[in-house]
Amino acid sequence: MEAPDFTLKATPDQTVSLSDFRGRPVVLAFYPADWSPVCGDQMSVYNQILDEFRTHDAQLLAISTDGVWCHLAFARDRRLGFPLLADFEPKGAVGRTYGAYDDREGVCERALFVIDGDGRIAWSYLSPSGVNPGADGILAALERLRPGEPPQTRPRQQHETHP
Amino acid sequence: MSTLKPTLDPDDHLRGPLSAPIQLVEFGDYECPYCGQAHRTIAALRAALGDRLCFAFRHFPLVGAHPHAELAAQAAEAAGAQGKFWDMHDLLYGDQRALSLPHLERHARALGLDMERFADDLRSHRHLGKIRAHVHSGAISGVGGTPTFFINGRRHDGAHDFDSLLAALTMDPTERLQAHG
Repeated sequence: MEAPDFTLKATPDQTVSLSDFRGRPVVLAFYPADWSPVCGDQMSVYNQILDEFRTHDAQLLAISTDGVWCHLAFARDRRLGFPLLADFEPKGAVGRTYGAYDDREGVCERALFVIDGDGRIAWSYLSPSGVNPGADGILAALERLRPGEPPQTRPRQQHETHP
Repeated sequence: MSTLKPTLDPDDHLRGPLSAPIQLVEFGDYECPYCGQAHRTIAALRAALGDRLCFAFRHFPLVGAHPHAELAAQAAEAAGAQGKFWDMHDLLYGDQRALSLPHLERHARALGLDMERFADDLRSHRHLGKIRAHVHSGAISGVGGTPTFFINGRRHDGAHDFDSLLAALTMDPTERLQAHG
């Protein structure tokens, strides 16, 4: 299925469109809000494993209904190395297009999409409420986008010698 | 369903026998206050379950949010290289405000470590590769925050308090299968 294109603000004076990334996989991570009350939150986890996405040449885009100034402060505080897009006006419009908007709460749900280089939705996942989805499903989907290529192998940690 | 990859092996940091019927794995960060709370809960769970429980710790330092977390993880590994991983682990969670280099060196001295080797391990980032391997394990296993727990290889999505964890740990395996669908 074709992923609906969108253009959203990433900073007060920059916009990002899904179609900008044609030719590369894109990971869309819809989430309810910046400043979630847990410190070890989903966005910090994704930030910590950005290299795993880069291995697949994939671009991570996170989307919530928070405004650009809020996103800016949040990204600075957590030192996030990927864009936070503001689905702010009209509120939640992109989230609705992707079926990832919670009308009752007025925020995006925790929903994940992997979009292939041709702009088609290759995988999606809606997380149960209250559960931070990890990246295991995303990474497995990115792996499947590269048929014929062996999974990325990493050197296994060598044994330590304990005197 | 998110499962632990790779599974536990003798090279993991283990408390309790690897052959124990219940395995609890934590992906944690030394600067995360929720992990600090979990540390106390896990001590109580170990006391309650004894040798029925094998607890393992893998590193998942959230370096963007927690500037001291990765160095603290390296200190734990440097102590581990001298046979004192769990001693350092307990000291780090004993005072999470004391995670800068002088504090880490004070802990190392208190444990009687070879200070030259400890300092050299930190300076040369000797154990960073191992920590990154843990983070990779967390990434492919579905870590969604810190702490994230895996019980007998399956991610625990429930609460982290003593009663919830004890119930999940002692649940009959067939019930556990059904609860996870």
